[in-house]
Amino acid sequence: MTGPARPATPTFLGMPPFPAAARTALADDQLRANLGRATATIRDKRLRTIAELPDWEELRRSGAAIKDDVLARLPELLEQLEASVTAAGGTVHWARDADEANAIVARIAREHGATEVVKVKSMATQEIELNAALEREGIDVWETDLAELIVQLGHDLPSHILVPAIHRNRTEIRDIFTREMAGAGRPAPEGLTDEPAALAEAARLHLREKFLRATVAVSGGNFAVADTGTVVVLESEGNGRMCLTLPKVLVTVLGIEKLVPTWADLEVFLQLLPRSSTAERMNPYTSTWTGVTPGDGPQEFHLVLLDNGRTDTLVDAVGRQALRCIRCSACLNVCPVYSRTGGRAYGSAYPGPIGAILTPQLRGISRHRVDEQTASLPFASSLCGACFDACPVRIDIPEVLVHLRAKVVEQQHGHLGERAVMAVAGATFARPGRLVAAQRTGGALLGRLRRLRLRGPGWVGGWFAARDLTPPARQSFRTWWRKRGE
Amino acid sequence: MSVEVDVPACQATGMRVGLFITCFNDTMFPEVGKATVAVLERLGVDVDFPAAQTCCGQMHFNSGYRPACVPLVRQFAEVFGGYQAVVTPSASCAAMVRHYHRTVDPDVTVPKVYELSEFLVDVLKVTDVGAYFPHTVALHRTCHSLRLLRVGDRPERLLAAVDGLDLVELSQPAECCGFGGTFSVKNADTSVAMGNDKVDDVLGTGAEVLASADTSCLMHIGGLLSRRGAPVRTTHLAQILAATR
Repeated sequence: MTGPARPATPTFLGMPPFPAAARTALADDQLRANLGRATATIRDKRLRTIAELPDWEELRRSGAAIKDDVLARLPELLEQLEASVTAAGGTVHWARDADEANAIVARIAREHGATEVVKVKSMATQEIELNAALEREGIDVWETDLAELIVQLGHDLPSHILVPAIHRNRTEIRDIFTREMAGAGRPAPEGLTDEPAALAEAARLHLREKFLRATVAVSGGNFAVADTGTVVVLESEGNGRMCLTLPKVLVTVLGIEKLVPTWADLEVFLQLLPRSSTAERMNPYTSTWTGVTPGDGPQEFHLVLLDNGRTDTLVDAVGRQALRCIRCSACLNVCPVYSRTGGRAYGSAYPGPIGAILTPQLRGISRHRVDEQTASLPFASSLCGACFDACPVRIDIPEVLVHLRAKVVEQQHGHLGERAVMAVAGATFARPGRLVAAQRTGGALLGRLRRLRLRGPGWVGGWFAARDLTPPARQSFRTWWRKRGE
Repeated sequence: MSVEVDVPACQATGMRVGLFITCFNDTMFPEVGKATVAVLERLGVDVDFPAAQTCCGQMHFNSGYRPACVPLVRQFAEVFGGYQAVVTPSASCAAMVRHYHRTVDPDVTVPKVYELSEFLVDVLKVTDVGAYFPHTVALHRTCHSLRLLRVGDRPERLLAAVDGLDLVELSQPAECCGFGGTFSVKNADTSVAMGNDKVDDVLGTGAEVLASADTSCLMHIGGLLSRRGAPVRTTHLAQILAATR
């Protein structure tokens, strides 16, 4: 069914660099209030849930070690996965980049005469902007995860890995449902309130007809077990389970780093992931499937293995730890930057601290000069370190951030003023005598002032827009020390 | 005015340490250095200030200017290589030396550097340094103290032992203030948004004084307090520990 013409799915393409996008987001009081409340709640809950496990730190180390092992022998494990999925009746496709992956999914849908697909919430398909690609082919795409549905109906961009509509409160959601559902299928019930139960029921009714009608479903995967060929999806709502079981054809788009070697390795991640993402001991729905089971569930299964910059990321000895990520979003929830700017400021499907290190690498920062928006991402952090402490697979995000900053500077991104400041500071610190001279000059010029309030462009304006500054001291410590000894 | 202070027994009396003042404190906040010297000397430590020191390279490193760090890292090792211990009144500079000097130059021998509260509690084994500071104080714990150095509650223990001091807790004590070095100017709007939330938290405690182990955070929070005309002053931990009757 094609409803009335709907606006095209928005894209992150053309977003401004982080500082400008953040400025816009910070001016949105509703957004800040929604985000602040939501992240604070999940933060506290996560701390309580992980405190229940005495071996949490060991679990984190195990998770990191299993992922590092996978990354160290990825070619071998991928071929093993291909063999086991094929043996179980599935078909494996290899996609070098987003265009190849999108084309494979579109081709499969067309082969089945599908004019629409239902989708399980998936970061990989957000990354490759599959929805927009399928719509260009005339195929309707229906997001079935409640939060993704809110984003889609609102013609909006996701702002969180786990809760893509975290920037919306329930009144905004009610308004979106009332306004938009009719254009996409079953309209919202008359007189819909903003009670969570009423909103969930409206979504249920709206989605049910799509589940029952669709012949093709598209999913991502949280894990794929190399030795059995089993794909695993964790979710909270059961809508994913509907997509994974009702349609005739299932297509799964999976990043090549999502492997675990054996079923037993899942034990670690099924403890780490729910506690880190929703702060639950166990998520309500864990679906696993191995190829095709005759007479039960989809009778055709396609697994699209997606590279899209992952091999480039793997080349970098420091940066590759980003590929351990299991998309839990704990780093977003604890991040003081994310919790104020929200996710859309990061201009990518992957927001927050993990996005700041993953997106530039997937976009090839280790291979070539990146655009200004991408180059701004590694700087979108105060390096406070809360993300590393929260990460269930111990990705040292601050370490990777400063590593990527060095690449950005090597690529000559820093503006001239910044490079001049760094050059002068470097030269001054290189010789104690030069530092003494600088201190004398600064102290003589400004030392008598109580406080500085300047106006100016760039960094000067940035500092003084809301902050005063203490002037340099009239007498430096080293001068005091020298005179004290005389 | 000089008053006799009851100095607790100190295990390391006579120990000679190198003071790494940091370029920032040296230039902008010399009182922090004087206070650090006062506390250490009161506890019987022989403090030396090698004049050839400049900067640990943190600003260049964190901003991506790695080649400029190499000479600074080597200079640091040369200047402080001969000391049993190096003490610094900056958690973030201590963290830079301890965690990242080997990243900059894998061949360098990194001197043993302690942030002031670590040195007092772990090496000198004191928490009561004989200070008197009759004020209501809130402590900004600093990200690099907490998450890079893992100093834990050492600063709180030192403050709790200060005579006359009333320690009040922030509602979000582990949250970043938003300074972040060049983050404060490259992402000024976000930095200020974070800082103003910190200022609100400080004002909510009713503290007269905000203390911290890093003057850089205090410069940022203090700059916001000053612009907002808020009646709270910022003080380095060392200045409180140096204060006596």
